[in-house]
Amino acid sequence: MAINGSTLATLKRGQKGVIRAINAADPQVQRLMVLGLVEGTEVEHASSAIGGDPMEFRLFGCGISLRQEHARHFKVAPVAAGD
Amino acid sequence: MTKSSEIRIPANEITVAKRTDASVAVVGNPNSGKSTLFNRLTGLKQRIGNYPGVTVEKHVGYLKTDDATTELVDLPGTHSLSAHSLEEHISVDVIFGRIEGTKSPDGILAVLDATNLYQGLFLVQQLVDLELPMIVALTMTDAAEKSGIQVDTAALSALLGVPVYPVIATTGTGLEMLRRAISGIKDVEPPRRIRVWPELTAAAAELAEDAHERLRFAELERLLIDGPTASNQAIVAKLSDTSKARIEEIRTALFGSEPPIARDAHVRYAWVREVLDKVQKAAPVYVSWRTRVTDFLNRPFPGTIGLFLVMAIVFQAVFAWATPIMDAIDASSSSLSASVFTALGDNAFSSLIADGVIAGVGSVVIFLPQIIILFLFIILLEDSGYLARAAYLMDRAMRSVGLSGQSIIPMISSFACAVPGIMATRVIPSRRDRIATIMAAPFMTCSARLPVYALLIAAFVPATNVGFLNLQGLVLFGLYLFGIVMGILTALLMRKTALRGPKPPFALMLPEFRRPNLQTVAIQLLGRAKVFLKRAGTVIFAVAVIVWALAYFPRSNDIDPGLDANTAAALQMEQSWLGRAGKAIEPVFEPLGWDWRVSSAVIAGFPAREVVIAVLGTVYAVGDEADEGTLSGRLKAATRPDGSKVFTLPMVIGLLIFYACCLQCAATLAIIRRETNTWRWPLFAWGYMTVIGYLGALVAFQLGSA
Repeated sequence: MAINGSTLATLKRGQKGVIRAINAADPQVQRLMVLGLVEGTEVEHASSAIGGDPMEFRLFGCGISLRQEHARHFKVAPVAAGD
Repeated sequence: MTKSSEIRIPANEITVAKRTDASVAVVGNPNSGKSTLFNRLTGLKQRIGNYPGVTVEKHVGYLKTDDATTELVDLPGTHSLSAHSLEEHISVDVIFGRIEGTKSPDGILAVLDATNLYQGLFLVQQLVDLELPMIVALTMTDAAEKSGIQVDTAALSALLGVPVYPVIATTGTGLEMLRRAISGIKDVEPPRRIRVWPELTAAAAELAEDAHERLRFAELERLLIDGPTASNQAIVAKLSDTSKARIEEIRTALFGSEPPIARDAHVRYAWVREVLDKVQKAAPVYVSWRTRVTDFLNRPFPGTIGLFLVMAIVFQAVFAWATPIMDAIDASSSSLSASVFTALGDNAFSSLIADGVIAGVGSVVIFLPQIIILFLFIILLEDSGYLARAAYLMDRAMRSVGLSGQSIIPMISSFACAVPGIMATRVIPSRRDRIATIMAAPFMTCSARLPVYALLIAAFVPATNVGFLNLQGLVLFGLYLFGIVMGILTALLMRKTALRGPKPPFALMLPEFRRPNLQTVAIQLLGRAKVFLKRAGTVIFAVAVIVWALAYFPRSNDIDPGLDANTAAALQMEQSWLGRAGKAIEPVFEPLGWDWRVSSAVIAGFPAREVVIAVLGTVYAVGDEADEGTLSGRLKAATRPDGSKVFTLPMVIGLLIFYACCLQCAATLAIIRRETNTWRWPLFAWGYMTVIGYLGALVAFQLGSA
């Protein structure tokens, strides 16, 4: 599936995506990778706080919250709903 | 390693006191149930100390079986052996045996959360590569099964090359087996390295070849990934000069332009996903109450409204539930004082016991119900995983004042007491952010301010209703709000000036809601209550006695014995050391509308603000006002020599503002010193808060009286 500029930040609530590319220059992004946000991992946008920031993502049963400014560094391929 | 040739002596043949047989490091992700397991394994056989030079607590416990005593070191939770925060650095340094006074571990107990194998295995793989005897405790298997995850323990054990023991720490299932395994850890064959990244291992082997001494591959691999940082210097020193010169060259060949940490995460998590496919079977998930609660709170507005509701319930409970117990404590301490005078007569000794000791300590113990209730809620919220969610929900708001959501936990804790609140700032990774939070925390209305507020509000704010709200309650709420606003402004000011710097990082694990374990809650609650009572029993007891002595001595012979008892006592108080100090300082506080008696009480309250009630009780227990039954009645009746009232509304408002701001707490100063490792910050906080309190009281009184 085409990436079409989708990032973690553009996933809708309840939508899933597989991480395809990461701009890892920012040490804070690297930190998120240590927490498991790496290429090939499927994540779900579980929730967001008021104003849409920060956002909560679920991967393999664990929840990680991150800010939009960091979520933008993760390019994803959205997974079709009902999968 | 000579374990195979070791001769085991039966325990009954050893007559001398045994030392510990092995030291085991307990390692795991944050929130993996590690501390609960540690508590279950060691029970009360624990010691809490500090690692040298840092503020991280060192938890050591002992596990005794028939033939061995094993030392367990509970390390701070970590996600990786690439350390990020101070606490993670400590964990890594202990594992590699780099900390003075802490033995290099003989074995590793890895705590793996069955509900979060993904992040857990990432760490466990790195631990296996240490080539130390190792045991895996698989925790929360019950919670995992409930949410439809089944773990194939045998397959996991085979893949890791390490024994895996499933345990349920809350019920104790599997603990006995694990205990026996830990006490025999020296007999466990060290696992073979898992070859997840052969290129890295080859590069490490190259460096190891001509080193001065034998080096562990795991350490060399860390050196290659993290680079020659300060904590890696010890390893670098052991390398040959040619190897030292080649470190950067080898790193470039390995990683190219990709950040090493990113590559490390890619490689290892790819391995983790493969393992998960083999060991984890996800059964059909049924919707549990947890999922329902989480889903509801995941919506932005219900979540935020829920947070405010939870906080409202907590504060309501603190006030409503504690009142009857507090009244009982108050009544019994008064009757105890009275019976002391009846039994011993009116002399210096009975006055010391009744007015000094009983009244002083009683006025502190009276907070115990509130403190216990508040801590109970904070511990329950923390253990259920809700505090992390609160941090997440509040992040945006906190960011606007230059902090992050992680500061909300220390801030909320500070409503009970700034001391545990400041200790809770340890979870904040950025030092600037952490100090700004520490500076803001003492402004939160702690339980020691509450009795001062309660006394003054009950005496001077009419109990009328504003709409359906009670005016007294409204004023109290206003004071809480005032504290919050002052704290936030302080944080903002600090982040704009002395602590200017980049935005704090934010990556927060949001655990699923779980039912808190009552035993763990009870252990923590008892711990907090003990700390508080110890303080009441030592510092505040000492202050109470000193304040009593200052008010009682020197005795005067000039007072006309013909005067009535109250007037004589009032004159005595006036010429006592405390009275003299109050008079000496009166000009300073005169612009705030305080007389020498209020000034004396405020001075006495600097080491511990709750003492002020006891002192007001003493200074207004004499003289004309003594006819009034209650302390609030006496304060209302208090007059200056010219007959005007001391406690006018502007003066009371000023006094409340002074108490809302001023840092009158020796324990808080001590904890700031400990947490920041310098006297600079506690002294600054003290000066800053005292000046703000004084100016606030000045403005209130001068404007109100004009």
